[in-house]
Amino acid sequence: MNIFDIMGPVMVGPSSSHTAGVVRIGNCVRQILSEEPAAIVVRFHGSFATTYKGHGSDKAIIAGLLGFKADDERVKRSLEIAKERGITYDFKKIELSSNAHPNTLVVDITTNNNKRLQAIGESVGGGNFIIRRLNDTDVEFNGQFDTLIIDHRDAPGAVALVTSLLTAERLNIAGMRVFRSRKGGNSIMIIETDGAIDSALAEVIGRLPNINSSTFIPGLLNSLSRADTGGAS
Amino acid sequence: MIFFESVAELVQAAKWEEKTISRITLEQTALDMGISEEAVFERMASQYQVMKEAVSAGAVKDGKSLSGLTGDMAYKMKESADGKRNFSGGFMGKVIAYALAVSESNAGMGKVVAAPTAGSCGIIPGCLVALQETYEIPDEKMVMGLLNASGIGMVIAKNASISGAECGCQAECGSAAAMAASAMVEILGGTPEACSDAAAQALKCLMGLVCDPVAGLVEEPCIVRNPASCGVAVVAAELSLAGIPSIIPCDEVVETMKTVGGQMPSCLRETAQGGIAVSETGKKLSERILNG
Repeated sequence: MNIFDIMGPVMVGPSSSHTAGVVRIGNCVRQILSEEPAAIVVRFHGSFATTYKGHGSDKAIIAGLLGFKADDERVKRSLEIAKERGITYDFKKIELSSNAHPNTLVVDITTNNNKRLQAIGESVGGGNFIIRRLNDTDVEFNGQFDTLIIDHRDAPGAVALVTSLLTAERLNIAGMRVFRSRKGGNSIMIIETDGAIDSALAEVIGRLPNINSSTFIPGLLNSLSRADTGGAS
Repeated sequence: MIFFESVAELVQAAKWEEKTISRITLEQTALDMGISEEAVFERMASQYQVMKEAVSAGAVKDGKSLSGLTGDMAYKMKESADGKRNFSGGFMGKVIAYALAVSESNAGMGKVVAAPTAGSCGIIPGCLVALQETYEIPDEKMVMGLLNASGIGMVIAKNASISGAECGCQAECGSAAAMAASAMVEILGGTPEACSDAAAQALKCLMGLVCDPVAGLVEEPCIVRNPASCGVAVVAAELSLAGIPSIIPCDEVVETMKTVGGQMPSCLRETAQGGIAVSETGKKLSERILNG
């Protein structure tokens, strides 16, 4: 935490948990998807289900998925902009288990290249979030640090190959977890690194044996030093 | 971030080094984040710009929040102040209008600085922009004011809370008022101790304030609590600048806010299950907005 978490963030209102945090979930999911969505279905649970219109959580999730940051004034018009781009969206309410965080949403996306992604995210306050599930794998990460997300087949050596490559590039691993859906099935590595991973390296990792895809997401904590201007992609 | 454990420590450091709270905060931030003091200042200056823009953007005729519940309060107040029809003077007229403008902008998905939260985003701009305009103070001093406020805010966040869900509105509007009061005292030439006293008075006078938003939205009573909290901040700053210390020291007031927050039932901590949210009109509005 630094003074810009107290005097900040700069955000589009009205609520850091129901608006800004939701945009950031959208941003994160968009980066994992790495292309523009064609069709989006959002299911809101709990407090989101009750207040999503008044808090603009619907506009916020679409804005995030379009690549708009939490301080982008276009967030307010994200639904019109999505329509202009031919992107379809639908909002529903869902009742998850009573253990689920009161600010949880489920987003299902398909792209024009027939890529499908389901993500479950929680907005935990102050604009912060936790991603809980990607497709059929339960995960847990909060995007505060530079994060490498690697989708791979659960097989011996898959993790070691990736960490060796990072070592060769002199990149330090600050935190790492491996989540798998079932033995021998799909797995996801969440690696938090000290320092950014350039797209070339992420691509090389993506081509390693057993690796399906590799995405780098810049950490929210480093945005000051990295001149995150808040503009949209 | 390595920062001070208490307001007393922050004040002590300022006195020892014969610097302002804002300068200490600026230096400590640059050190901790590994960036230049200029970079910290510039970032805070750009946030002050966002505050000023929110003040202008918010006072629109027929403005509407997403729910439609609010939208024209800032406009009406601004008209009243501009037309010198308000009775509390030019400065207060601006304070109220500007705090409303930023809060209403927030409710309409405008761009604001969470200071320290979106719910309390009107308080610091309300006080500071009005102060700057009324007394023609240069931007640089105002930005240092924001740095002063941030230092106080860091300690409150660390030792208590800035979240309505945890400790009620006293944690959001109370903290913002304490930050604004401290900033105004420094801007107007007060000592670090005087800043700390002002923060103490402001937080003390909002002690126990509950978080009870109608329909769970950041509108009623949130929007009007912003200028009201500015009023408390102005009083706190005036007391301090008149040489009146706070009988209870700032850190004890902060600790008390945390304790009181913990004693609040959850129905009064941002669940819309108590307070104004369940008044007769509150319930009717909630029904209309959420299910209509």
